[in-house]
Amino acid sequence: MSKEELEKKSMVALLSIASAWYDQMKAGEIPSISLPTRTKYNIEYDDTSEVWKYGDKESMRTAASAKSATHLLKMAYVIGFVKQQLLENRSSTLREMYYISEGWKRAKFGAQEESNFLIEDLEIISEVPREGFHLHPEENGASIYGPMRIREETRRGMRAIHCQDDVGQAGYTIPNNVENIEFVDHDAKFVIALETGGMYDRLIENGFDEEYNAILVHLKGQPARSTRRMLNKISTTWNLPVMVFTDGDPWSYRIFASVAYGAIKSAHMSELLATPKAQFLGLQPSDIRDYNLPSDKLSEKDVEALNSELTDPRFATDYWKKQINLQLEMGLKSEQQAFAARGLDFVTKKYLPGRLSEMGII
Amino acid sequence: MVLADELAKQQRSISVAEFFEKNKHLLGFDSPTRGVITTIKEAVDNALDACEEAQVLPDIFISIKKTGNDIFRIIVEDNGPGIVPAQVPFVFGKLLYGSRFHQIRQTRGQQGIGISAAVLYAQLTTGVPTIIISRTGPKETAHRFEIQIKIETNEPDIILQQPFEWDRIHGTRVQIEFKSTMSAKKKLLEYLKYTSVVNPHARIRVELDDEAFTFERVSQDVISCPTAIQQHPHGIEFGQLKRMAATSEQKLSDFLVETFSRVGKKTAQEMCGKAGLKGTAKVKGLSSDELKTLLAAMQAVVVPAPPTTQCLSPIGEELIRRGLDKEFQMDFVAARTRPSSVYSGHPFMVEAAIGYGGRLPFEGNVIILRFANRVPLMYQQGACVITQCVANVNWKIYNLSQQGLPMGPVLILVHVASTNVPFTSESKDAIAGIPEIEKEIMLALQDLGRELKIFLSRRDKNKVAEDRARAVCAIIPELAAKVSEIVEKPLIDTSPIEGKLMHKIIAKKWTRDEKVTIEVSNYTGHEEEISVYDISSDNAANAAPKPEFVSEVDGQFTKVWKATIPPQTVWLVSYTGKGGGMLDIRGIEDTKKMVVDLDV
Repeated sequence: MSKEELEKKSMVALLSIASAWYDQMKAGEIPSISLPTRTKYNIEYDDTSEVWKYGDKESMRTAASAKSATHLLKMAYVIGFVKQQLLENRSSTLREMYYISEGWKRAKFGAQEESNFLIEDLEIISEVPREGFHLHPEENGASIYGPMRIREETRRGMRAIHCQDDVGQAGYTIPNNVENIEFVDHDAKFVIALETGGMYDRLIENGFDEEYNAILVHLKGQPARSTRRMLNKISTTWNLPVMVFTDGDPWSYRIFASVAYGAIKSAHMSELLATPKAQFLGLQPSDIRDYNLPSDKLSEKDVEALNSELTDPRFATDYWKKQINLQLEMGLKSEQQAFAARGLDFVTKKYLPGRLSEMGII
Repeated sequence: MVLADELAKQQRSISVAEFFEKNKHLLGFDSPTRGVITTIKEAVDNALDACEEAQVLPDIFISIKKTGNDIFRIIVEDNGPGIVPAQVPFVFGKLLYGSRFHQIRQTRGQQGIGISAAVLYAQLTTGVPTIIISRTGPKETAHRFEIQIKIETNEPDIILQQPFEWDRIHGTRVQIEFKSTMSAKKKLLEYLKYTSVVNPHARIRVELDDEAFTFERVSQDVISCPTAIQQHPHGIEFGQLKRMAATSEQKLSDFLVETFSRVGKKTAQEMCGKAGLKGTAKVKGLSSDELKTLLAAMQAVVVPAPPTTQCLSPIGEELIRRGLDKEFQMDFVAARTRPSSVYSGHPFMVEAAIGYGGRLPFEGNVIILRFANRVPLMYQQGACVITQCVANVNWKIYNLSQQGLPMGPVLILVHVASTNVPFTSESKDAIAGIPEIEKEIMLALQDLGRELKIFLSRRDKNKVAEDRARAVCAIIPELAAKVSEIVEKPLIDTSPIEGKLMHKIIAKKWTRDEKVTIEVSNYTGHEEEISVYDISSDNAANAAPKPEFVSEVDGQFTKVWKATIPPQTVWLVSYTGKGGGMLDIRGIEDTKKMVVDLDV
């Protein structure tokens, strides 16, 4: 969809929400809106797109209580704000919008979480990603390093960039709007997405990308939308396998899940953001046992999180059931950098080659 | 033999006073901090008991002054009947001396240890004798004593006794000086506050160094003094029976009928028959074994419960509510007095109350007020059956949150009145878990829980209605304005939504550009005659229409308009001003009106 089409679609969608309310009130009715329930109990696997999406459960928000009425009022203010932004062809960050809401009196947001959540609601109703509202997150994207060439449309014109030769040690920084990137060509066999900066640097320093023709992506913890969109585009454009390498604890498995299946919070955009072909490389609970890695005891919260994952539809496979139950049994967790205990080269010379050939990648 | 002789030389009887000197904790004097509270507690208990016996409204004065390093002078003065001079040395200078110990009725103090223990404690820590002034009536002279206790013999040591010129007509004043600290000041004031709750007929004034507090009286009725009853055959133990038998000159059946409560000729015969004893036998002549079979028979025979009304003195639901209202300002208070009941032959009665909201702290555990015979229990809350019962009730079904104890702005009061309150220890801090008492407490609490639930759900209902009114009257018009602006269409009038939702009189007040507007819409379907009360700092000099009536107090103007509003019409007034203040509609039921300040 072109930029203009997207803007037109979002304008139409947002105005139709306002019109519906206008008509309801004009008819003497209390305005209302229905939203899909956004919990893990309402996400379903979509066979055609192979990603998890919101199901049919909806909740009706009616302005009959002060809380719900205020919610609708806030939504109306945001719609008014986005309309203005689109008309004037300006954009702002989510944080800027939160601060602008300071002047909205009763409709002002209590915390940025709240305004972010409301924007996601609008994305769901309008079926337009927030870029179509001219809203973007303030965090810069993560980085990428490897044998690939792209063209980016910047404020200073088109730039062609090779992600090994034209960038510094830290790699190429993924921009907020991945739609502005054109994927030219590559020399890669697979992609490894890494949770921590330490491991990303270790692989670059050990020359892993050159030795195995790998594209390295730094996820920076829970990956931002732009990072996930980048992985999705690499996977769909070049049909490369994507491997996810994180710490061995329940929170890291959620990082993998959000890459592969989409996050609960953004299940409405799973088709654009998730990479269903992504595979979990490690660190597996069985690795802790097999390599006798330095480890920590699971905290109460960890155990709670693991148990909650056992009921999460995204983890409902035999592989995950086995691994999670094994971890609960051991009561241990390890960080990916724990491999350093076996020497700095161990991870690139032994663990990764071993694991990748086991998975049939090399 | 030689060793036994040696030991025999050292063996001698121990005086009670000596025993308590070594076991201060048994009496609540284990720490200097507790000493103050225990002393005041004993003195106040005695004063209240004495006033009750004399049927006067208690006026109690307490003063605590620091006289030296860690030395405090404590004065407690009452307007009770006073003590005859011959008895004063024994009441204050001899441990275990009392008139109520052998009586079977509800009293605050029981063992007669209390106040003389404080005298002993003073003697041990400062050596200053205790000063007592007492007067028994307007025609009698007051006497002033300086007293200590002879520790070896547990006899009073009168250092000084002289007539005294005293302005009180009758009453007693005790002045004790001992080593202590005031770190428990909060606890002390709490104790007095709680005492005042269950003794609403008493006025208590306290001077703490330079601070003064008064706990006012809210009831002018003297509480009726409980009268003593006879021992119940189910509540007696072997030693007691043996002692009673030894001093009796009666035949067995007469002894049973005349000494015990609720035992008639027939019951006495049944007991004798069960024990295999002759009713005509002399009680004095019975052997220990015979007495044992008699005791077993007495407890096996069914005897009606002892009479409870005259020996117990419940506070009563009304007075508990008033007492709580006076010391804690709460949104809701309910009290329950259970019918009297009996455990092991001892009559008892449970009273309980529950309070919610108001000035109670919103977070944290419930506040539990425990009382035994109108005396607050200040320590060992966790060990007390009252606390256990509070924790055992499932408060969640009464809409309270609960983690062990219920949480939130809740206060629970439980009063156990009995001729013999089963304390867990001599310091009388906690009531033991007797199943009969537990059951009564649970029943009272569950009953109160149901009442609280009704209050809470009614309040929540009102909250929902208010919340809806706020949404409809204040937020929907703003939403309408914003939405009309977005879709670029004429502003929607939202009053039909208001009317549809609420068949009420709706009053709204708002301020724009220094202009205050009050709008009253009638959606009731009938013509309504109402008065609009508007109280704020605006004088509304240019109001149109003019108010019927304006009055000013401290810069606050009360404006009153009268209006007759036909159904489906709107009455309006506006004037120059800043707005704010308070708006009310009168002349219509509360359920049929809604007042909303749009500026809030």
